[in-house]
Amino acid sequence: MRVMAHVGMVMNLDKCIGCHTCSVTCKQVWTNRPGTDYVWFNNVETKPGLGYPRGYEDQDHWRGGWTLDGRGRLRLRGGGVIRKLLTIFANPDLPSIDDYGEPWTYDYQHLFTAPLSEHDPVVRAHSRLTGRPTELRWGSNWEDDLAGAPATAPGDPNLRGIEEKVRLDYEQAFMFYLPRICEHCLNPSCVASCPSGAMYKREEDGIVLVDQDKCRGWRFCVSGCPYKKVYFNHRSGKAEKCTFCYPRIENGQPTICSETCVGRLRYLGLMLYDADRVEAAASVTDPAQLRQAQLDVFLDPNDPAVQAEARRAGIPDDWVAAAQRSPIWTLAVRYGLALPLHPEFRTLPMVWYVPPLSPVLDVADDPAGGDPDVVFHAIDRLRIPVEYLANLLTAGDAEAIRVVLRRLAAVRAFMRAQQVEGRVEDAVASSVGLAPRDLEALYRLLAIAPYEERYVIPPAHAERAARLEESVSTGCSVDYEDQFQASAAGYRLDMVQLQPRGSERAGPPPGPSDAPPPPATAPLFVWRDSAKPAGGNG
Amino acid sequence: MSGLTLLFWIALPYVAIAVFVVGHVWRWRVDQYGWTTRSSQLQESRLLSIGGPIFHYATFAAIGGHVLGILIPASWTAAVGIDEGMYRAISASLGTIAGLLVAVGLLVLVYRRVSVPRVRVTTSRTDVLAYVLLTIVIGLGLGETVGVNLLGGGYDYRSTVALWFRGLFLLNPRPELMVSAPPVYQAHVILAWLLFMVWPFSRLVHAWSYPLMFLGRPWILYRSYRRTRAGRREAAANR
Ligand code: HEM
Ligand code: SF4
Ligand code: SF4
Repeated sequence: MRVMAHVGMVMNLDKCIGCHTCSVTCKQVWTNRPGTDYVWFNNVETKPGLGYPRGYEDQDHWRGGWTLDGRGRLRLRGGGVIRKLLTIFANPDLPSIDDYGEPWTYDYQHLFTAPLSEHDPVVRAHSRLTGRPTELRWGSNWEDDLAGAPATAPGDPNLRGIEEKVRLDYEQAFMFYLPRICEHCLNPSCVASCPSGAMYKREEDGIVLVDQDKCRGWRFCVSGCPYKKVYFNHRSGKAEKCTFCYPRIENGQPTICSETCVGRLRYLGLMLYDADRVEAAASVTDPAQLRQAQLDVFLDPNDPAVQAEARRAGIPDDWVAAAQRSPIWTLAVRYGLALPLHPEFRTLPMVWYVPPLSPVLDVADDPAGGDPDVVFHAIDRLRIPVEYLANLLTAGDAEAIRVVLRRLAAVRAFMRAQQVEGRVEDAVASSVGLAPRDLEALYRLLAIAPYEERYVIPPAHAERAARLEESVSTGCSVDYEDQFQASAAGYRLDMVQLQPRGSERAGPPPGPSDAPPPPATAPLFVWRDSAKPAGGNG
Repeated sequence: MSGLTLLFWIALPYVAIAVFVVGHVWRWRVDQYGWTTRSSQLQESRLLSIGGPIFHYATFAAIGGHVLGILIPASWTAAVGIDEGMYRAISASLGTIAGLLVAVGLLVLVYRRVSVPRVRVTTSRTDVLAYVLLTIVIGLGLGETVGVNLLGGGYDYRSTVALWFRGLFLLNPRPELMVSAPPVYQAHVILAWLLFMVWPFSRLVHAWSYPLMFLGRPWILYRSYRRTRAGRREAAANR
């Protein structure tokens, strides 16, 4: 057993309103630089649809991720070392920038300089690549709310095999939002595809980064990632990707996308896993078993044997304690509600999703649907076909989706009975194999959990942070730069920003004090639960 | 010995070698972030997929030809049974094929750089310089191989140019060997030195990073903070 710690995320798709706040705040922080104009480390796509870049989920075409060879051994789908070294001069599987959407801007100046005329002047789109006028044909969120879906959505790879069941005409259409970031996979094919060895997983927390000084621009990581979450900075000639906001994580703060999520649907937590079992798990023959295989890689932080091993591996005790409170553990392992996106890519992703249970009313309106409180009889009549979710989240295992949706429906039915009618529906709980206490816990976590329960990021290592600060003042920061490069162009975020963690959240509430204001980390537009007026239930 | 002879066949080579070596060391130390292919495949893939591989593979063949013709003494090839006639036949025929392919590949790449606006805007001034020098050097090289050796009367550069070149590295420069060489050889050599002087400051540095380390490396790489110098120091201080 080789215990390692890993940060993970769960997103509850039921609650995503598609507002793109996460994308925008992420962009403001990480990709508002030259060469990353087309890059969205966090993007939100409407499903069904082709996504960003278009059709990225179709690995028959893009050849990302892993596959099993004739003898059942794990192989990069895009070819091994020799093939890469031979095709390095032009990568056969690289998307074009048009697949992401050519970045554009408008000639706003024209509004001011246009001569007097009968009609209002209009601004025209100009390519950010060439500065020339351009026709808009595709973009990172072209299919927002199913826009143009009749034309593009049939190309959604998740619709394969269920074309018959899916109607795209207005009355019967379905949709939901899928926010995506890098999955920070346990078995990342981007890392495996990088010829220079510039990409790596951080042993401490599993975050996958690109060493900007070691990247040589061979661009195989871009094609190697099945989620297309490594991007090529077309100005710097280097690969860049989501950093899981590691400077924030190190400070015990959630990622920007989580922090600013309007739906409060993101959960962050720590997982312990056995690094020795990763390869075997990714090599399981039946794709539908990959989720279980990955669950088996995770280690129970409450198990004394695991705790002892973790200590031996140098994982601090408070990290193990954080793993015990991890909402990821609760949602993915304990209650099995969160599912990995496209487990069949075999990268063992670490951003999991609670599938959407919607819309319930549609079923309730249906006379055959029965009482809205027992929607789980009608799971198969939900607007979003179970098979579609299965192609997205369980490698086609529809029954696994049904189990999750029934549990989600049970939470609603149980809480509705309790809060509206004041009765405890033991039968509802037992019908999904849970106790009333579990459903209450799930309700709390899914619906009203406050900040500290959604984001359980290991608290400060004050002594370690202090040491980092010391080493900064003695001018040894170069050592950190050696190893941790921000995945960002033009500037380097070194670790010298570390402050004692928790300094911001703990302590007395804001009020008059002599102390100088803390450095500019105060959230300007983030509504912290702790800052909310008293009286709310969160 | 005239001043020009000294300049072209002794001073220029040594200056170029010095710039090449020092330039690379300097660039490596100060500009890891700029050390990249600066790939433009994201912007244009179709022409690159034709021109890129043709140009690179043919260039490797041409470089191999240079090693064979310039670095390896004629006596060695003779020792393994390749006489002068055979050598010329091989070098003129294979050299022509490789040379033409290099030219075709370069033409496609240059055409792409010039005519595809998205690629064109990514072209830096050093790129332009490198492209101009590459084009001239390759053109002159074709003039030697095709013009002189294949179609013309031939020229035994192995007993002049090659000896002079090796002499430079043996610290025994013999500039007189170059004075009598045909002008196309002289020009090729001079422009090639200029190209080498531009090399360390251009994107051509990517050639040194051919990722052979990829062979036999584990798929997944981990890096540990604890194992960095700073991490170890910290751990020691905490103990
Ligand atoms: C040693 C191994 C080499 C490798 C692996 C290699 C690989 C590459 C790659 C990946 C690109 C970027 C293509 C793109 O995506 O835009 C490139 C571009 C280029 N390489 Fe190389 N290269 C090598 C050697 C050389 C040599 C020896 C030369 C010339 C003497 C050379 C000249 C060029 C030029 C001129 C370009 C720019 C092409 C363009 O975009 O117009 N390369 N190379
Ligand atoms: S999702 Fe992230 S970690 Fe996984 S393969 Fe893609 S870039 Fe790598
Ligand atoms: S901020 Fe939250 S609710 Fe809004 S799009 Fe992003 S994930 Fe969905």
